[in-house]
Amino acid sequence: MAATQGTPRSFQEIILRLQAYWAAKGCAVLQPYDMEVGAGTFHPATTLRSLGTRPWAAAYVQPSRRPTDGRYGENPNRLQHYYQYQVLIKPSPPDLQDLYLGSLNAIGIDTALHDIRFVEDDWESPTLGAWGLGWEVWCDGMEVSQFTYFQQVGGHDCHPVSGELTYGLERLAMYVLGVGHVMDMPFNDPDSPIPLSYGDIFRQTEQEYSRWNFDQADTAMLLKHFEDAEAECDRILTASQPDKAGRHIVMAHPAYDQCIKASHLFNLLDARGVISVTERQAYIGRVRALAKRCADAFVTTEAGGGQAA
Amino acid sequence: MPDLLIELFSEEIPARMQARAREDLKKLVTDGLVEAGLTYAHAAAFSTPRRLTLALEGLSAQSPTLKEERKGPKADAPAAAIEGFLRSTGLTRDQLEQRDDKKGATLFAVITRPGRAAPEIVAEVLDRTIRAFPWPKSMRWGAGTLRWVRPLHSILCVMTDDHGATVVPLTLDGIAAGNTTRGHRFMAPAAFPVSSFDDYVAKLKAAKVILDPAEREAAIWHDATTMAFAQGGEVVDDKGLLAEVAGLVEWPVVLMGAIGEAFLGLPPEVLQTSMKEHQKFFSVRNPRTGRIEKFITVANRETADHGATILAGNQKVLSARLSDARFFWENDLRTVKSVGMEGMAAGLANVTFHNKLGSQADRIARIEALAREIAPLVGAAPDLAAEAARVAKADLQSAMVGEFPELQGTMGGYYARAAGLPEAVANACKAHYQPLGPSDDVPTKPVSVAVALADKIDTLTGFWAIDEKPTGSKDPFALRRAALGVIRLVLGNGDRISLTDLIVRGLGLQLWRNSIMGPIYTLESEIERLECDLSDPNWVGTFLTGTRQQAEQLLPKLREELRSLQRQMDDLDAWLVVAPTDLLAFLHDRLKVHLRDQGIRHDVIDACLAMPGNDDLTLLVKRAEALAAFLNTEDGTNLLQGFKRANNILTQAEAKDGVEYSFGADPKFAADASETALFAVLDAAEATLAPAMASEDFPAAMAAMAALRAPIDAFFTAVQVNSDNPVIRRNRLNLLSRIRTICLKVADLTRLEG
Repeated sequence: MAATQGTPRSFQEIILRLQAYWAAKGCAVLQPYDMEVGAGTFHPATTLRSLGTRPWAAAYVQPSRRPTDGRYGENPNRLQHYYQYQVLIKPSPPDLQDLYLGSLNAIGIDTALHDIRFVEDDWESPTLGAWGLGWEVWCDGMEVSQFTYFQQVGGHDCHPVSGELTYGLERLAMYVLGVGHVMDMPFNDPDSPIPLSYGDIFRQTEQEYSRWNFDQADTAMLLKHFEDAEAECDRILTASQPDKAGRHIVMAHPAYDQCIKASHLFNLLDARGVISVTERQAYIGRVRALAKRCADAFVTTEAGGGQAA
Repeated sequence: MPDLLIELFSEEIPARMQARAREDLKKLVTDGLVEAGLTYAHAAAFSTPRRLTLALEGLSAQSPTLKEERKGPKADAPAAAIEGFLRSTGLTRDQLEQRDDKKGATLFAVITRPGRAAPEIVAEVLDRTIRAFPWPKSMRWGAGTLRWVRPLHSILCVMTDDHGATVVPLTLDGIAAGNTTRGHRFMAPAAFPVSSFDDYVAKLKAAKVILDPAEREAAIWHDATTMAFAQGGEVVDDKGLLAEVAGLVEWPVVLMGAIGEAFLGLPPEVLQTSMKEHQKFFSVRNPRTGRIEKFITVANRETADHGATILAGNQKVLSARLSDARFFWENDLRTVKSVGMEGMAAGLANVTFHNKLGSQADRIARIEALAREIAPLVGAAPDLAAEAARVAKADLQSAMVGEFPELQGTMGGYYARAAGLPEAVANACKAHYQPLGPSDDVPTKPVSVAVALADKIDTLTGFWAIDEKPTGSKDPFALRRAALGVIRLVLGNGDRISLTDLIVRGLGLQLWRNSIMGPIYTLESEIERLECDLSDPNWVGTFLTGTRQQAEQLLPKLREELRSLQRQMDDLDAWLVVAPTDLLAFLHDRLKVHLRDQGIRHDVIDACLAMPGNDDLTLLVKRAEALAAFLNTEDGTNLLQGFKRANNILTQAEAKDGVEYSFGADPKFAADASETALFAVLDAAEATLAPAMASEDFPAAMAAMAALRAPIDAFFTAVQVNSDNPVIRRNRLNLLSRIRTICLKVADLTRLEG
């Protein structure tokens, strides 16, 4: 099927083909999480759903923000806002590598002509208390994806193990479409009545956010919001359990939202250069502590395969 | 004798782990088989990115039958004892033998352990091996519990003998062993059965897999060098990279491409490092210009377009990487041209070296002070050495070193030249880090030597000042390497330096004391002011101190804080008194290790360490080498015996008599010709020894001592020291004392063994 489609012509066509491919392979195609996150892994569909025993298969695009990577839209490869495509399947199927290679074919990378390699790259997220083993996948010497078998998330051993695939969409698309600067990449079909490039859509926002991230964001406010998010997360998790109707509802997801917030606020503070090397570790440790407690709560819920429901 | 073939087929094994895994597989399986009573003729292990393989030849078909006899309780022992014995042997009462020995009838169990068939043992051993395999990092996958480096897909385990091949039955976490494997992931993915090792290797090759990593390495190197040669180039040798690349491919296809014209102006080290670190490319040098102009990449497959797409893709990634490198290079050059190396180094004031030892800028200032003092001792101009010290670490602030830390020093050299600094200063940028290890070159240019020594002395005295010495196997700041560096720098250049002077100076430059002193002064003045305020009964407090009551409560807290700091200061001062001796002893320990590697005995070194001037390593080693050479001669060993005899007699007599026989041997009391002769040679030896020692001519001094050997031997043969005549006895003891004094001038011979 994929081969007959030929090479995609736009950024969105690559996304659409990935969506179609993983939907056909049985994944639930989810939508992006509606919060600011640093990577697709932060989506609760990955972080929380990789915990517990219940089977899971999801694929989604996740807009991601890394304030320190902003370059005012001038660098050909770096953006403070970009897209990741994320696939998480639990338990990891035995043919996950083949499934992944099929997705490359689907987006027009002919594995008979290219050199695809699985090069050791172990993944670790100090803020999520998570790690896994896997590879970065190279296509002709370029990293096109991360491939990870989760071993631990939020301090919990993963049983069963999830297989996680992460595609850096802009970089992958630039390679497939043969574009040198991200802003020159066609976003929709170049033959559309109104062709739009990536730059048409994002150049201005990259400039605006770069300025805000680096120079303008109110650090005192960010710091206060960080502390508020931390406190709220704690409060949600320790709230006395029975509600007015006498139900015991563990609020793992609302608490985890606060953890996500804290993490992004930390990234913003970091971009503003107000966090010293020693403080950095302390902040990361504080976010990790939240993530761990959210994970502790989630595994007691029904979705987490626990008994709390 | 059957052969055994095992293949563990998995997802991609990290290249860096494969060599060790081959060895571990071979050792664990063969050890297990031998332990179970099997023997084998030959074992060989192989790996590709997707498989670990072990081939055994000439395995015994079964383990030998073993008979074991165990003595049990007496025949009339309580039933419980007999039952216990039955349980432990797995026999019944009527299977036991009863024998009479001295103590009466005793029960014996004769257990025959029949030999077991090899497949049964192989299955057990392989199961155990896989479950306990010592991967540096291992993982689980899917819903299983097995751990392997990456998901394990299949196990091939086949025994082959004259009757054919049979699968060794074995199931691990749902994976049943079989006789099939797969070829290349893309070029020949189908499964196929194999019947023997030879069949396996041949079919793999047909399926585009070269099993033996050595064969892949050889193929890569052959193709790479041939291809480079055909274009008039040479591949830059890199064994580590070759092994890594061979671990990334099953079917190596070597491709060569050109580096874009725009990047050829980059320093070769930059091209090489960027290509190797990011893309695992080999560099191809033009031997005429020394420039790196091409790259070699190793693909894992053949393609219809003969690698054109792959090469184009790699070239594109390389261009992006090198654009970054060129951006760093041009940026750095602009920086040094506008603000100079010292301008580039300015930011180092904000980079912490160690929280107790200050910033990198503080450290550079100390190194500069030391380099200035060392310079005249090693033949360098002090101003030049100081300048080199100021700029040698500037490149730590460069964009290039930020990206490639391994280029520190190397980039500094380029930037210093670009900034128009003298060649001696530019050279010191890289050389001052040297020697980096026991096999690294020692700098010889005087300015480099001065800064290299200063750098290492500062590191050592810094960590000694804060008492962070290496312990056992822990040496997080690489202080042993720094010490060996000092030793090799001094000895390699024959420099005459008092290390004690340098150590004391280095310790004095450390900031640690100041970091306590500052707060002490502040606290003292605060307390004084508060005491003064409180002595006024009408004082009601200030905005800063709070109310009078608050100030009264604050005072004892401040006093306690001050006492604590003063205690820290006292401890530090007490330590700093002994630290120089302690650090010198550490350097001497490292020197002993260094000299032992060069074949000089530890007691010879001890004998020389006991002499004055032992912090001058060049002198110390000259002495030790001369002494070691002397002790290797017949005269040397005999003289040592003579000395020891003289020393023993003398020491015993001195202990017994409670006096020291150290003066007044007079030839007129010589009763024997040998005694008279000894007086004469001692006079002669003293006359030769004094100037030899003064000019540090140890071989001449040893030769003078050698002349003593025959007369001392003759003396001990002819006379009895402890004569009945007290005058003669005293005279002879005093004569022995002269022998001792002369011998001890060269080295402390009492410390020699044998």
